[in-house]
Amino acid sequence: MKIKQISVFLENKSGRLAKVTRVLGENGVNIRALSIADTTDFGILRLIVNDPDTAYRVLKEAGFSVNVTDVIAVEIPDVPGGLADPLDCLKDANINIEYLYAFLTRATKAALVVFRVEQIDEAARVLQDRGVRILDGAEVYNL
Amino acid sequence: MYWDREFETMPWEKLRELQLERLKTTVERVYNNVPFYRKVMDERGIKPSDIRTLDDLRMLPFTVKQDLRDNYPFDMFAVPMEEVVRVHASSGTTGKPTVVGYTKNDIRTWSQLMARSLTMAGATRGDVVQNAYGYGLFTGGMGVHYGAELVGATVIPISGGNTDRQLMIMQDFKATILTCTPSYALFLAEEGEKKGIDFKKLPLKAGVFGAEPWSERMRGQLEAKLDIKAHDIYGLSEIIGPGVSMECSAQQGMHIFEDHFLAEIIDPDTGEPLPPGRQGELVITSLTKEAFPIIRYRTRDITMLMDDPCPCGRTHIRMRRVTGRTDDMLIIRGVNVFPSQVESVLLEFGETEPHYLLVVDRKGNLDDLEIWVELSEQWFSDKVRQLEDIEQRLKGRIASVLGISAKIKLVEPRTIPRSEGKAKRVVDRREI
Repeated sequence: MKIKQISVFLENKSGRLAKVTRVLGENGVNIRALSIADTTDFGILRLIVNDPDTAYRVLKEAGFSVNVTDVIAVEIPDVPGGLADPLDCLKDANINIEYLYAFLTRATKAALVVFRVEQIDEAARVLQDRGVRILDGAEVYNL
Repeated sequence: MYWDREFETMPWEKLRELQLERLKTTVERVYNNVPFYRKVMDERGIKPSDIRTLDDLRMLPFTVKQDLRDNYPFDMFAVPMEEVVRVHASSGTTGKPTVVGYTKNDIRTWSQLMARSLTMAGATRGDVVQNAYGYGLFTGGMGVHYGAELVGATVIPISGGNTDRQLMIMQDFKATILTCTPSYALFLAEEGEKKGIDFKKLPLKAGVFGAEPWSERMRGQLEAKLDIKAHDIYGLSEIIGPGVSMECSAQQGMHIFEDHFLAEIIDPDTGEPLPPGRQGELVITSLTKEAFPIIRYRTRDITMLMDDPCPCGRTHIRMRRVTGRTDDMLIIRGVNVFPSQVESVLLEFGETEPHYLLVVDRKGNLDDLEIWVELSEQWFSDKVRQLEDIEQRLKGRIASVLGISAKIKLVEPRTIPRSEGKAKRVVDRREI
């Protein structure tokens, strides 16, 4: 149910993102989804990859600040208002969303949205109660 | 123009006699009243009566900043606290400042020395002194203030900062003498130019600039832009504050007020004394201080002494502009900053082996400090808010320990260069 997200600290200078993707590529790690949160001085790159354990290890060896966070990936029907339902559902349960990002896949017609919340188990439960499909790790890593 | 002709022009031999007499009194005082000095003298088997000539001073060990830290806050004082009427403080090498104390007499002495200094810059009862040194624990503000009042000048105790108001008051109150750090003076000059102020039409005639290193190039700029004569003043709180030495109208080095201070230049590596004309570290012994007498204090400032006669007629030896430091202290906007202070803050934040770099630059004549801190594993989070929170907390703590604000920049691990042995903690890009 939970999937592993890799976060990497990036200084705001040229070539850093290229370096991360190069390291991952050379080690056969494939990126499934990514988002960057940035400030004037630094950025935090968040990645969903096919092999989080290897990604964590090789980035660490390459000297990056890396951490692993549990997130949930939710399937959202690719129709207007599709995201509103799960968001309402979390709001009703008083669950704050730290951040989220979406990606499309070739395999399904649906959009996938990654949610980062503090109360992850509770979020998964209320979403499932509402009939929202949550993808498990293997499913996401092997997209 | 002299403030105190008798002492300022005292014949050389007489000055030495006076110094010896005062040195004996000082050594006697510290031996009897300051446990630290009694201990170091006893360890070396030296009694105050062993001081028979000025050269005998060399039997006594140096006093260093760490000694002041070890005796924080008041244990170096040679009088009971009832006799201390004021304290000042400057940056220590860690979170704790270096504290100094003054008796009523010390304040009188200091005021006299600052009156001398300001007189050297041409101050008289008719002058209006715009004192833009900071008032507070820092000695600059109150040192100038008391000296200028003693001269009988009108003091504007404006303190530092608020450039618009400084420029308005300079014009409206008809300031004739400006006292502040040289970089701030240059900043005022350029901000004034932008506002279309013609300094040549203002009555401003002199500046007394100190608390940070500057250069002949800056003197040229200040004198041209502000249409004044720019004087260098030197001092440090451990000795008394500003007014340890001051440049006369000849502008060829600063006269050290030898009736109150005994100056030596030493080789910073061996501690051996060096003759006039040789560059080394300035070491000062106070000769008249009551509350905080100090023996052979290593200032860490690099300079040289000049004993050739000065055209101004003063007999006191001169020191050249300070050209550097023998430690890693930085002076940023007139405030002394040690990289180890930053380290102590990072240690407080739970860093066991902090890697950091102080990057100092001069932007538009104002010093700018950026502190790069390598982001450690324990601090990293996938949430921006959490990293920004760390930056904010570090910024707040560093501002309170350093006394100046700094920009905190989190950087990736292992990106701050490690040199062999000692880490490089400072990049100073200022050109002064």
